[in-house]
Amino acid sequence: MSIRLKKLLRHNEFYIFVVILLLSFLIQSRSGQFYTPNNIVDIIAALIVPGLFAIGAFMVIVSGGIDISFPALASLSIYTTTRILVDIDYQGGILLPLVLTIIFGAVLGAVNGFLISRFKLQPLIVTLGVASMFRGFMQGVLKSVQIAVIPKGMSEFGTSSLFVAKNMETGLTSRMPTAIIILIITLVVVYFILNHTMYGRGLYAIGGNEISAERAGFNVKRIKFFLYVMVGIISSLAGLIRVSMMTQCHPTNMLGMEMMIIAGVVLGGVAITGGAGTLKGCMLGTILIIIVQNSLILMGIPTFWQGFFLGMLIIVGTGVSALQVKRLNSPKKGKGGDKYA
Amino acid sequence: MAQNVLKAVDIKKSFTGVQALKGVTLEIRPGEIHCLAGENGSGKSTLIKVISGVYTPEGGHVEYDGKSYKKITPIEAILNGVQVIYQDFSIFPNLSVMENLAFNTELASKSKLVNKKRMRKIAEEAIDKIKFEVDLDAKVGELPVASKQLVAICRALMFNAKLIIMDEPTTALTRKEINALFKIILDLKAQGIAILFVSHKLDEVFEISERFTILRSGELVFKGNTKDLDDKKFSYYMTGREIQIEPFEPKLTKQTKMLEVKNLTLNGYFYDVSFSVSKGEILGISGILGSGRTELALSLFGIRVVDSGIIKINGKEVAINSPTVAMENGIGYVPEDRLTEGLFLQQSIGDNIIISEIDNLTGKFGILDERKQSEEIQKWVKELSIATPNPDNACNTLSGGNQQRVVLAKWLARDLKVLILNGPSVGVDIGSKYDIHHILKKLADSGLAIIIISDDIPEVMSLSSKILIMRDGKISNTFEPSETTIHEITAQMV
Amino acid sequence: MLSKITNRISTVIKNDIYITRLIALMLIWLVFMGFFRFEKFYTVINFQTMAAQFPEFGLMAFGIMLCMILGGIDLSVVGVANFAAIVGAITLKKIVGVDGEMLGIAIPIVFIVGIIIGAMAGAVNGFLISIINIPPILATLGTFELFTGIAIVLTKGKAISGIPFGFSEAITGRLFGLIPIQLLIFLAMALVITFLVTKTTYGKKLYLTGTNITAAKFSGVKTTKIIIKTYMISGISASLGGLIMLANYNSARAGYGTVYTLQCVLIVVLGGINPSGGKGKISGVILAIFVLQMLASGLNKIPEISSFYIPLIWGGVLVAVMVMNYFTENKKIKL
Repeated sequence: MSIRLKKLLRHNEFYIFVVILLLSFLIQSRSGQFYTPNNIVDIIAALIVPGLFAIGAFMVIVSGGIDISFPALASLSIYTTTRILVDIDYQGGILLPLVLTIIFGAVLGAVNGFLISRFKLQPLIVTLGVASMFRGFMQGVLKSVQIAVIPKGMSEFGTSSLFVAKNMETGLTSRMPTAIIILIITLVVVYFILNHTMYGRGLYAIGGNEISAERAGFNVKRIKFFLYVMVGIISSLAGLIRVSMMTQCHPTNMLGMEMMIIAGVVLGGVAITGGAGTLKGCMLGTILIIIVQNSLILMGIPTFWQGFFLGMLIIVGTGVSALQVKRLNSPKKGKGGDKYA
Repeated sequence: MAQNVLKAVDIKKSFTGVQALKGVTLEIRPGEIHCLAGENGSGKSTLIKVISGVYTPEGGHVEYDGKSYKKITPIEAILNGVQVIYQDFSIFPNLSVMENLAFNTELASKSKLVNKKRMRKIAEEAIDKIKFEVDLDAKVGELPVASKQLVAICRALMFNAKLIIMDEPTTALTRKEINALFKIILDLKAQGIAILFVSHKLDEVFEISERFTILRSGELVFKGNTKDLDDKKFSYYMTGREIQIEPFEPKLTKQTKMLEVKNLTLNGYFYDVSFSVSKGEILGISGILGSGRTELALSLFGIRVVDSGIIKINGKEVAINSPTVAMENGIGYVPEDRLTEGLFLQQSIGDNIIISEIDNLTGKFGILDERKQSEEIQKWVKELSIATPNPDNACNTLSGGNQQRVVLAKWLARDLKVLILNGPSVGVDIGSKYDIHHILKKLADSGLAIIIISDDIPEVMSLSSKILIMRDGKISNTFEPSETTIHEITAQMV
Repeated sequence: MLSKITNRISTVIKNDIYITRLIALMLIWLVFMGFFRFEKFYTVINFQTMAAQFPEFGLMAFGIMLCMILGGIDLSVVGVANFAAIVGAITLKKIVGVDGEMLGIAIPIVFIVGIIIGAMAGAVNGFLISIINIPPILATLGTFELFTGIAIVLTKGKAISGIPFGFSEAITGRLFGLIPIQLLIFLAMALVITFLVTKTTYGKKLYLTGTNITAAKFSGVKTTKIIIKTYMISGISASLGGLIMLANYNSARAGYGTVYTLQCVLIVVLGGINPSGGKGKISGVILAIFVLQMLASGLNKIPEISSFYIPLIWGGVLVAVMVMNYFTENKKIKL
């Protein structure tokens, strides 16, 4: 038991979980509105899109890279899909939009994948350039405008719900979107890939030591290429869900989300240097950010404080883990000897 | 004669006009321990890469067990039983021992899914071969260096290896760990596995190697039994010149104590260390890895701050709590790892030399004085005969020995009282090593107090006027070099 | 003689492929505009407009440049700029009356306040990076949110308007009716930074710390001080950019200029600064700023192509340059 506890205490996920609990208790005590069925459902619903983005960002960071193009990628992919479907006056269900976004996501992701794996370019700069290109392509070549009415199949999917949660006291209701299924499926699939396939272990191996991975026989180029393709698909799905839930396509309103998403992933204990971190931590970090975003109002704090609290959260969260690392390497703790010896 | 496990015949390889290998032959018999030696740039790493299939030779051929190849791929080399353990061990620090051991096999068998049970079995078999006891679930990054190396060895053994090539295997190990490694190697030898050490200096591998091949500038200069070699011959073959080792006798005697420390303690590393160094003296401090020698040096330079004790410079007590304070008091420090701690490789040689005294090379308002700078740079390039056509060139264009001179110049450019060198000739070829020794002796004679920290006993013996041995954080012994032997010192260390 | 000159040129090209490329790109574009939109592009007004536009993001790019030379990055510049602009706007409204009295004192005070804000913000970044050891990308990401957050709190999320016109008039005015004041501020800062980087010990230490921070520590460089100083200069430069934004729009809001972060990183990388630190020249970055502005303004003169194409072109150029670097560097290895 004590060994298990010790192991637990060594994991970042545990601390972030404690923070989430404390925060929720605080909100609950101040407002009495946190642990209500509708609020919980609201938070889960708000988690779907950032959650999907976070999964993609997480996979890239584990491999030692970083991707800041996913909001632009998702925007371009879903705008193209919606545009085509509106232009052909598509009346069918969600299946065709789903297939189209997956294809576009894969193709756009392949652009990143090709540049990063073939030319070994720095992912931060490449995805920065590619994000700019995607945005320019969408706004310049496609002359993107807001699409107020999206195909029926998409809006029906976006507004459909699994169940409705009702707060008995206030009478407020919240619907659990069907789209949550996509998040759950993605989580299960990615968890399986990361932990039970050689491909997934390869991602961790590359994040740990790329040269060793090559020597061990991992096809590093291929792994990286497909990583960005996969991330393209996952991000694209997030875009589809976002547009479907809003029942309109606003081409630019996802842009700028990348910073918040990456912050969530890192808060969840995923090392920015690659090779370490779990899907669990990544989701917990994202949940923490969503709670801060969604719950200030419950505490009677004006929403314009949101940015301030988010900033503090990122600084304190990363600061604490940075200090942990620093203490681990400091002279008093034995370990550091190796470094200088 | 037994058939060779590997025979590389008349190998030629060049890189854009530079002939790295000029027809070199290497033969390794089954179960023998062979050492391939040569200075940096002698072509030994190129030869290894040819043997292991990374490079394709332009001339000659390689025979594995009699099968001759003109061109080999890395996979063919592995299938023929050749395994290379690189200096960095090629491990994944973030993954478990089990995964580190089982990846190669799993990848070779083209598995797509992770089978934990099978991987554990593979890993268990692998560590069993050398009776290596380790927690298979531990992260490799958290293991000590020696265990990391053993993980790499276990992994190499999994492919029915007939020849294991080890690149500088003893550099990061303590004496105890080296002994353990040698036991394993003798065990492997008994199983008929040949070992090829690659080394650029005369070190521990000398005692265990049976045969030697020495390269110099891409040519084979010696091939034969270890017993036909001695220190002197070895140096000659490596450098191509005769080198005389003369013990150091300080010319300045009965001088004031430049640096004096009393009861210095850094908890967890060293305790109650007291000694003194006078002007013109070279003090050697030796001890195994983990004896506290490096931390002592770092404390004297202010990188680590001691918990208690007194440091006196020129008779005056000072509290050294940062490198700046140390430098203000005339202390300089040449770190052991030149590449990561000593040099700015991509920057110019000149900038590397003047960085430590840059604040003195300014005119009014802190503006850099270009003329003073270039004078200073020229002076030191000449003084230490740093071989470069232009000090504006990047530092990484220099050889190891010249780089070490740049680090020296950086400190000599300041008006030093005490110079501390941690591993004065680590990664430096033999020729430069003696040049650096010569420079140090000259510096001492001109009035500098020098401390060298090294586990290279012959080096300490030939340089120092007094030798301290550290053991478990304490000074265990003091020797006069003239009254002791390498053997006695080595015995005191462990 | 001629061969000497060509030799010179070829060494310049070899040494600074980035600058050569940027000059080539600029020349091609200038010639292109000369052929197709001469009367619209080559006007005093056009050049004055350009010179008034780039200082705001150019100043932010300077900050990112210095941090990148140090081996870090400053993603908070836009946050700092808006923060400074908002505090500046509030100060202006406090000091200056409706009919513009006190303006003469107010302008220097606004600049001092803005610079102090920038320096403090930079000091926070420097502290988080050098003392707490947070990776720069995360630390400045966090402070971007934080500074923007404070700016939002100060304005309750709205834009500050009704700012006395005098300030905007003074900053957007022209010296001798010709040179925009914004450009002068930009040039002044460019001079200061060039001086610091090339003529002082700080500059040497900056490059060396960016190359190898451990070796810098072991050479007695006070790296903590260098890091904090650098992020402070970055903050000050960004705050000047913010004050110019305040003058250009005559209003301040926490959400202005959000595209500038990406744009500035692009500029700096195109200018030849190596993101892993220790390499790159300020002249390259200044050129990259000019090139971007000329592309943008030039495209503006071609109505067939909307300005929305700029990000596409800009991103495309960046990716193309990086791919070109890959090939030139690989050739070097083979040589």
